[in-house]
Amino acid sequence: MAKYLLIESRDPFDSNDVANFYEMASGLIREGNEVTLFLVQNGVLPARRSGASPPLTSLTRRGAEVLADDFSLRERGITEDRLAEGIQPSALDIVVDHLANGSKVIWH
Amino acid sequence: MALKVLNIVESAYRATLEEQDDTILWTTTAMRGAGADVDVLLRGNAVNYGVRGQDASGLQFGERKQTHPPRLDNDVKRLIDKGAKVYVLTDDAADRGLEPTDLVDGLEPISRSNIGKLCADYDQIWHW
Amino acid sequence: MSDKKTITFALMDPPYENARSTTALRLINIAAQRGYNVNVFAYEGAVGLPFTKQSPHPNAVHGHDADEEDHPLPHVWIEAIAASAEAAGGKLDWINCGLCVDERGVHEALDFVRRGSPADLWQWAESSDNTLVIPTK
Repeated sequence: MAKYLLIESRDPFDSNDVANFYEMASGLIREGNEVTLFLVQNGVLPARRSGASPPLTSLTRRGAEVLADDFSLRERGITEDRLAEGIQPSALDIVVDHLANGSKVIWH
Repeated sequence: MALKVLNIVESAYRATLEEQDDTILWTTTAMRGAGADVDVLLRGNAVNYGVRGQDASGLQFGERKQTHPPRLDNDVKRLIDKGAKVYVLTDDAADRGLEPTDLVDGLEPISRSNIGKLCADYDQIWHW
Repeated sequence: MSDKKTITFALMDPPYENARSTTALRLINIAAQRGYNVNVFAYEGAVGLPFTKQSPHPNAVHGHDADEEDHPLPHVWIEAIAASAEAAGGKLDWINCGLCVDERGVHEALDFVRRGSPADLWQWAESSDNTLVIPTK
């Protein structure tokens, strides 16, 4: 079992392949890995409760930690009370923590 | 333990005409030349890099002709010939209407559901 | 044995084109402030990030002259990160892909920026605790 940090900088409104990246997170969980999905830049847009957020909530129910960059949220006026179920705001420092601790870190 | 990396190539045909190659396939080839243990997974639009018979020749601007257009299928083949494993994501290939016979020999097919297993074989995953 | 971490970043985006450049510098800044050794391999358009001929400009829409506008210049931010790394006991090392510099003509870079090749990226990756590639699209 390995630790993975998947960084999603794209959003499903612009990019079809975001769903594939979420699916990759899901696949890594199925393989028994510990997976964090970190949303940054426009990647945080589906973190606001909307028709696009259920796939993220679903990932949290399958065992992924889903975090959203607090600066990207604030930059887009997304307050914590508007976040979809299961998604937590986080400082970007968490990415450097994962890098320092040897997680497999993948940017999309 | 020697580092083992999987280069996932997704972005495709981005400035390949100006560069006369795909810069990630190029850098992978250069790194392998320097002794790197690095393999490639083609996903997204980059699955099309494996298609036989790509022809980007014939560009001319005024009197200035492009003399060395990109040969992406050849570049994929060169990596395979140099010992790299080059995987192609079958779901993305099928989505784009590709048949296995459209692709150069030596590509290793892998389904989206098996990416997690593939990642386990590598120390780091670099997604380009 | 030192517990100082070494992290390598590979960047590809040119300045002023994508939020990825800013996020990359935020990450590098965090690592630098922790006193880590931070390696940056700039590939393709990213070789323009430490280009020292970037210039500030006024902004009439904002009603600012050049001083008031204080327009961000990536090379200035990178220089500040390098100073921050040093103050924290770490180091920012930066290699620009030499061929990428040549084809773009952006030879004037910060003093500590060196020319290199993908072999340098691999060498760094092998000697680092981890590597993050931030690709372009």
